[in-house]
Amino acid sequence: MAFLKLSSPHAHGPMSTPRVMRLVLLATLPGIVSLTWFFGFGTLVNILWASLFALAFEALALKLRRRPLAFYLSDCSALVTAFLLAIALPPAAPVWLIAVGIGFAILICKHMYGGMGYNPFNPAMAAYVLLLISFPVDMTNWLAPRGAISVAELPGPIDALLRSLGAASTQFDAVTMATPLDLLKQNDALLLDDLWAQSPQFGQFAGLGWEWANVGFLLGGLYLLYRRVFTWHAPVSMLASLTVIAALFYDGGSSASGGSPLFHLLSGATMFGAFFIVTDPVTSAVSNRGRVFYGAVIGILVYTIRSWGNYPDAVAFAVLLMNFAAPFIDHYTQPRTYGHKPRQNREKS
Amino acid sequence: MIQIRDIHGGIHPPENKLQSLGEPIRPAGIPAQLILPLSQHIGAPAAPVVSVGDRVLKGQKIAEAKGFVSAPVHAPTSGTVVAIEPRVIPHPSGMSAPCIIINSDGQDEWVNHQGISDYTAVDKNTLISTIREAGIAGMGGAGFPSAVKLSGGQDKPIQTLILNGTECEPYITADDILMRERAGQIIAGAEILRHLIEPQETLIGIEDNKPEAIAAMRAAAEGTGIEIVSFPTKYPSGGEKQLIQILTGKEVPSGGLPSDVGIVCQNIGTAQAIYRAVNHGEPLISRVTTVTGNACGSPRNYEVLLGTPVQYLLDQSAFNASDCIRLIMGGPMMGYTLQDTAVPVVKTTNCILAPTVEELPPPPPAQACIRCGMCAEVCPVSLLPQQMYWFSRAQEHDKLEEHNLFDCIECGACSYACPSHIPLVQYYRASKAEIRQAQQDKIKAERSKERFEARQARIEREAAEKEAKRKARLEAAKARQAEAVKGDSKQDIIQAAIARSQAKKSGDADPAQAAIARAQAARNGTAVEETREEKQQRLEKLLASTTKRLAAAQEKLAQAEGNNDDNIAAFRTAVEKTSAKLAATQKELDELKSSTDGAAPTDDPAAAAIARAQAKRSGQAPAESEQEKTQRITAQIASTEKRLAAAQDKLATAKANGDDKADAFATAVTKTQEKLDALRAELAAITPTTATPATPVEDDPAAQAIARAMAARAESAGMSEREKAEKNIASLQARVEKTAAKLRAAQESGDDNAEILATSLDKMRDKLTAAEQALAALREEEN
Amino acid sequence: MIELISQHPFAAAVLALVSLGLVFGALLGFASVKFKTEGDPIADQVESLLPQTQCGQCGYPGCRPYAEAIANGDDINKCPPGGEATIAALADLLGVEAKPLDAVEESVPSVAYIREDECIGCTKCIQACPVDAILGSAKHMHTVIASECTGCDLCVEPCPVDCIEMRPIETTLQTWHWDKPAATEDIIASDRPSAKPSAAA
Repeated sequence: MAFLKLSSPHAHGPMSTPRVMRLVLLATLPGIVSLTWFFGFGTLVNILWASLFALAFEALALKLRRRPLAFYLSDCSALVTAFLLAIALPPAAPVWLIAVGIGFAILICKHMYGGMGYNPFNPAMAAYVLLLISFPVDMTNWLAPRGAISVAELPGPIDALLRSLGAASTQFDAVTMATPLDLLKQNDALLLDDLWAQSPQFGQFAGLGWEWANVGFLLGGLYLLYRRVFTWHAPVSMLASLTVIAALFYDGGSSASGGSPLFHLLSGATMFGAFFIVTDPVTSAVSNRGRVFYGAVIGILVYTIRSWGNYPDAVAFAVLLMNFAAPFIDHYTQPRTYGHKPRQNREKS
Repeated sequence: MIQIRDIHGGIHPPENKLQSLGEPIRPAGIPAQLILPLSQHIGAPAAPVVSVGDRVLKGQKIAEAKGFVSAPVHAPTSGTVVAIEPRVIPHPSGMSAPCIIINSDGQDEWVNHQGISDYTAVDKNTLISTIREAGIAGMGGAGFPSAVKLSGGQDKPIQTLILNGTECEPYITADDILMRERAGQIIAGAEILRHLIEPQETLIGIEDNKPEAIAAMRAAAEGTGIEIVSFPTKYPSGGEKQLIQILTGKEVPSGGLPSDVGIVCQNIGTAQAIYRAVNHGEPLISRVTTVTGNACGSPRNYEVLLGTPVQYLLDQSAFNASDCIRLIMGGPMMGYTLQDTAVPVVKTTNCILAPTVEELPPPPPAQACIRCGMCAEVCPVSLLPQQMYWFSRAQEHDKLEEHNLFDCIECGACSYACPSHIPLVQYYRASKAEIRQAQQDKIKAERSKERFEARQARIEREAAEKEAKRKARLEAAKARQAEAVKGDSKQDIIQAAIARSQAKKSGDADPAQAAIARAQAARNGTAVEETREEKQQRLEKLLASTTKRLAAAQEKLAQAEGNNDDNIAAFRTAVEKTSAKLAATQKELDELKSSTDGAAPTDDPAAAAIARAQAKRSGQAPAESEQEKTQRITAQIASTEKRLAAAQDKLATAKANGDDKADAFATAVTKTQEKLDALRAELAAITPTTATPATPVEDDPAAQAIARAMAARAESAGMSEREKAEKNIASLQARVEKTAAKLRAAQESGDDNAEILATSLDKMRDKLTAAEQALAALREEEN
Repeated sequence: MIELISQHPFAAAVLALVSLGLVFGALLGFASVKFKTEGDPIADQVESLLPQTQCGQCGYPGCRPYAEAIANGDDINKCPPGGEATIAALADLLGVEAKPLDAVEESVPSVAYIREDECIGCTKCIQACPVDAILGSAKHMHTVIASECTGCDLCVEPCPVDCIEMRPIETTLQTWHWDKPAATEDIIASDRPSAKPSAAA
């Protein structure tokens, strides 16, 4: 009779990494649904292409690195990267754009650094920034939302697929419009209320469609919080700091105003970033205190770049900047261990 | 009412406690054989006080505590000690340690024992020593000798006594059922502890998943002032440090003890054992152990005699071995796996867990760490396990210590929570061991360095001293030479001086031999005997040189007096001394010349002393020389044997090669053999005479070593020539390989030593071929 | 003079550079004398990382000489007793690439053991021992002070009767510890899910 010789603990909790990844994928659904409702099937086509490329590149990288294929592919981490990038890209983005983005994310940002867990930068956001800087025209080609245009003008599945392949569809002529954040950035003459009235892209609180997409991602994020996939620290502190700084600089709606706090919370990639990017554990700070700081600075950076920087949205830049700072934050926010004096005292004594 | 605090982190694994709580505690009975490890506690192992074959009674002490932190061991039942030998003990390594094995006789006959009727009337130290003698060690799992905890805190006032009834690990119910059934005894034990350490408050902490135990304890503690505190169930609230934090809000400082914050913490099982020891005089010979897990048909709690093999308990619990791939002593979080069901239950065994494969499946391969931080969420001591995991993998010991690796209590919460199934705790255990090893290596390296440097310094000093001496001699020789130029028979004297210094130098050339000679001389207790002629010659020489020196000195003195030199006084003393020496030498010489008649003028004290010394020496000489002779002959025998062996070898080779010289060799062998026999006979003749004084041969360690070497040699002589040759070849081959490896390495690195190595390798190879040829020849001969 | 310089900018430049050179040269020279470091700090640091077995397997007579050689640019991979760990530490200290060990294998920590029955008391091993860890005198049996032995095996060769052997240090209950878990890549030898540790163990 031979018994195993194993180090304790012998029991294990129910959580597993593939399950965490699947939960994250599941939690993106509400956001994807509202994006599809407002912008047509472009996002779904993005996701389709991105997933295919991600699995292919992941398999290639694993093969090159002589790692077991099935074991690492089944952890779904490549799919998560694919979903995140696909959601961030303009709907029905050109297929080559997606291929370049995913290739950069998986091969360079992930496996060149040693694979899952070793990457210092969020692969999806790094790829997004690469694409944004290299191909600004393709990256700012946002389709107009339902409400601003008629339902018939929204791309159906076939239209979106054709558009992504670069082929012109006979029935569908894509209508692209500036996003609300673009409009706000370019505005220097109108009062906000006038801007609101003049542009069809605005909705109840923020951009038409955008506000509901943000609500969708908020719902998904709350679900993940409920399932304890991550802690509240980073997203809540990011949203809180964004709200505070937006409130500080909101003057009631003059032409120089940066938009209300609610506008910022429901615009662009705010909620998506807060719950799906900032919470990426690999690239964020590790301790809870560190994550509060990490999230808060991201919130401030998002507002800063949106209002005073060159780009209309800023989640990707803010996250990458803070990825740099994560080890530094870790160094200064190491939690006080049981039985130890607080850090300051310890350094003095 | 006590304010309950929360601890950081913690997990809620499935409790699985109900299975084993269905039945009351049942005595497990007396197994045929009990295995009692000498080390069932933290600290020095106990030392056996019984020997194999002794009959022991139940409760009789069979091993006593060795040192302050140690605990004695008692016989759990009456029987016979059948062995004291290493057996596999309960330890994660699965290694063996010394155990006392008792075959029980089934009579279960108690040794004479008596409790203390009123412990308040007894001196506290007596009470503590009673607890110590009862062999009580922490029964919660760590096994720290209880008496040490109680006697340590005299200088530190204790405010709080905490009894730990938390039992936070899943599956284990030994404390729970003990509290349900023996609450009175636990409270009585707690009263003894209170009497001993006089705390301001006494708290018993129990998790709220044991309502029946809480009720029983509350009832038993009614009116005693002992407070039963229940708090929410969470693993690992039962850790000593965690419980202290929950109940008092205090934190035990890192690297410190609970007594540093005025707290003593004991397990409730320990309290009960203390009650049994004090009130009934019963030492710790049994404990309550849970046997559970789905591979056990009837999980329950047993009152088990210490030393009972695990197999004996499993047999009673309808254990299904085919379903069970790991057997755990302790709980599923901190217990360790057993490889052998023969290991005994010891003082710290609170649970035997036999899970089925489905219940606790083997761990899947670890996925990559995604730094999700779930481990940090659950860590009860607020570490960052994910960071420590990376540092552990990268061997960054400094970083690990910076992240307080050594504060990790190895509770396993991080591994439990890790979604990637990384065995984090195993990494920490390995890293802790690595760091400790590195520290020890560092200390050892320091010491080696010191010793190496001390040796270098010594060698240099010796070399310098030797050089200084050599120079001094050279100077002396030169001086003499200069002197001789002035003297009459210059040429002769110069020659003599050179010869002398050369002789001396050549003597020095081999310091080892000189040292050996000196050491031998010292050992024999006598200086090498000078023959009469030698002495006379020496004295005459001395006389001549002294006369010469005297003349020179007188001349110098005269000169100095002429010049009215300052050194006159010095010269005068020199002259006086020299003349005195001259006189003494003259006298000695005369004495020697006339000593044939036995009469010597004894006016001179120096001469008298010499005479006395001589007399003494001559008195001792015969006995000593006898001893010397034995040694000499022994040595001769040894060398002759060697020669004989060599000659035989040669003979064999010659025969094999059909050499002409074979005959000559044969004669040589015979002759050597004869000589050897003669020598042996001589030795035999001497031995009886030498044996009488004080069997000097055995006294002398050198002689013993020689004897042993001879024995070894005789043994090897007993080997056939072929065996010898084979052995020789094997060792040669090993050396050739080693040298070849070294040579390769040296060549690759372009080392200067490569050439030297190459030559030595060639030589060795030659030797090897020769040896192989010899072997081949031998084989032929045998065939 | 000043006029001359102002009229010849080239000469002025040369003069300025030369004088600057002189000033800084003097400063540097002064500093090198004034703040001279005693001994060789790099060699000291290197030495503190070496295992101090004094075994000479690196080709130098002891750890100190090898430390000095490393400080002067010798390879860092010549220390079999230190093994990969020492190489890594040295690479870290000196900021160079870690190299594979320049030997067949890391030497296993061991102690010398004299089979005392066979010892003839020749003292040759005592003379060879770099840390004076062998006790004995001429024609008396020798023995190794195990706690001081560095396992350098320098005493093995000189023994005329081959009675010294190197015995690996055995694990005891006190020194036993868990090893680090094997990497996942090693556990999953193939891509088949059946190749789990349960099957291997």
